Amino acid sequence: MNWLDTILQGVLLGGLYALFAAGLSLVFGIMRLVNLAHGDLIVVAAFLILVLVTGLGLNPFLAALVALPVMFAAGWALQYFILNRTLGDDILPPLLVTFGLSIVIQNALLEGFSADSRRVPAGSLETMSLPLGPVTVGVMPLLTFLSAIAVIVVLNQIFYRTALGRAFRATSDDMVTAGLMGVEPKRIFATATGIAMVVVTIAALYLGTRANFDPTIGPARLIYAFEAVIIGGLGSLWGTLLGGIIIGVAQTVGAAVNPEWQILAGHLAFLIVLLVRPRGLFPRAID
Amino acid sequence: MPVLELRDVSKSFGALKVAQGISFAVENGEALGIIGPNGAGKSTLFNLITGNVTLDAGSITFDGNDVTRAAPMKRCAAGLGRTFQIPQPFSKLTVFENLLVAAGFGSSATETEAVGRCADILVETGLVEKANATAGSLSLLQRKRLELARALATDPKLLLLDEIAGGLTQGECAALVNTIRAIHARGVSIIWIEHVLHALNSVVERLLVLDFGKVIGIGAPDEIMASKDVREIYLGIEV
Repeated sequence: MNWLDTILQGVLLGGLYALFAAGLSLVFGIMRLVNLAHGDLIVVAAFLILVLVTGLGLNPFLAALVALPVMFAAGWALQYFILNRTLGDDILPPLLVTFGLSIVIQNALLEGFSADSRRVPAGSLETMSLPLGPVTVGVMPLLTFLSAIAVIVVLNQIFYRTALGRAFRATSDDMVTAGLMGVEPKRIFATATGIAMVVVTIAALYLGTRANFDPTIGPARLIYAFEAVIIGGLGSLWGTLLGGIIIGVAQTVGAAVNPEWQILAGHLAFLIVLLVRPRGLFPRAID
Repeated sequence: MPVLELRDVSKSFGALKVAQGISFAVENGEALGIIGPNGAGKSTLFNLITGNVTLDAGSITFDGNDVTRAAPMKRCAAGLGRTFQIPQPFSKLTVFENLLVAAGFGSSATETEAVGRCADILVETGLVEKANATAGSLSLLQRKRLELARALATDPKLLLLDEIAGGLTQGECAALVNTIRAIHARGVSIIWIEHVLHALNSVVERLLVLDFGKVIGIGAPDEIMASKDVREIYLGIEV
């Protein structure tokens, strides 16, 4: 057994989990909204990419590029017309509404696409690999990880270097006062969810090309996303990447010891971090 | 032409009447002071003007437009700036970022214009040295100055100041009054709620007295301070 290879594969898998989690972290960080339909929205984006690839014969990356503005608009509308109405002092309404949305999405996808397992064909990229010294790295896992880093860098740039980012942080700090300074919180929240859906689409591209998916796998992706966000510290994007890596490495190491332990090992790593650092590795105050 | 006009504005929270048929106008370039005992409805009046609280009856005209039902952000964009009695900075943003949010969203300034204007406001309000400090780390005086600076960053035609001199030492208060005078001298209209009467009377041209949500009197500061009703209600002096 090559432990270096196992750990490297885990790190790269962590990139995928970070992509699952980044959108969730962004939305929670700005509006304290826990979106229980986040995993299902990833699956929706994966099906959208699948339709574009199989229906129009597009390359998966081009299909994702086409899907990005569609998902941004869908996220914007979802937040502006539905989720904004659930926000307030009570945390229960957004949980209930997004839980309901999760069920609606799963059943709508089952109606439209059946329960069959699907995969987005990525051609030769699926098996392409690069030799890196003693280990070999798959091109798709590497692209996934690099995309996760790129997404976090871009999100941090938006957050700390743009007027929109300042409005995100100001609204997150004090929604009422932000309104008095000319910021329209409902539009700011809608834009945030739109951006989260762009990240969701990138995550869906790699989910769909790397593994099989069906309409019901969303909640499991949501759990990985939650774990990555909580390990990292709520609202910290680099922490989320580290959280994804910890789960990814735990899973590949667990699988290397015993294939049945893969999922369990990831959850155990999460529990251990939760016991040692209940607020996560990088709580938001330090971000 | 008045920059702000309230006609028969009323508001109740259940049985509590916080505004009862309030009518007054503020002329363009005027500074109006508002006084009244605690609980008279002064801050609520500001909330009604800014749109944070919707009124039950009456109308509000700002800069010639009816804004009675307009959202707070629309009123801000139209030129209504406000400070809070208890400073409410965006505590995790730096002082400069606080101003940039206000300038970028509360006015029509481009990013470059906003940066220039905010830099000038930092100088005017004495916050240059704290530009990159997080707002949560400021002292009370600095927070009050930030309130003023942030309201100025929205490029207001009318500035609502809510007890901005409260809790300051005499020296701090005098410096703040000088800044407010300079802002007023530029033609910015002001409505100022304040208990520190010497500070208020050194700036405003008229005083309005509120009690139990009603206007008890409005006029020149000397006349108002000499009025029997005001002395009884506000100053607690038996006449």
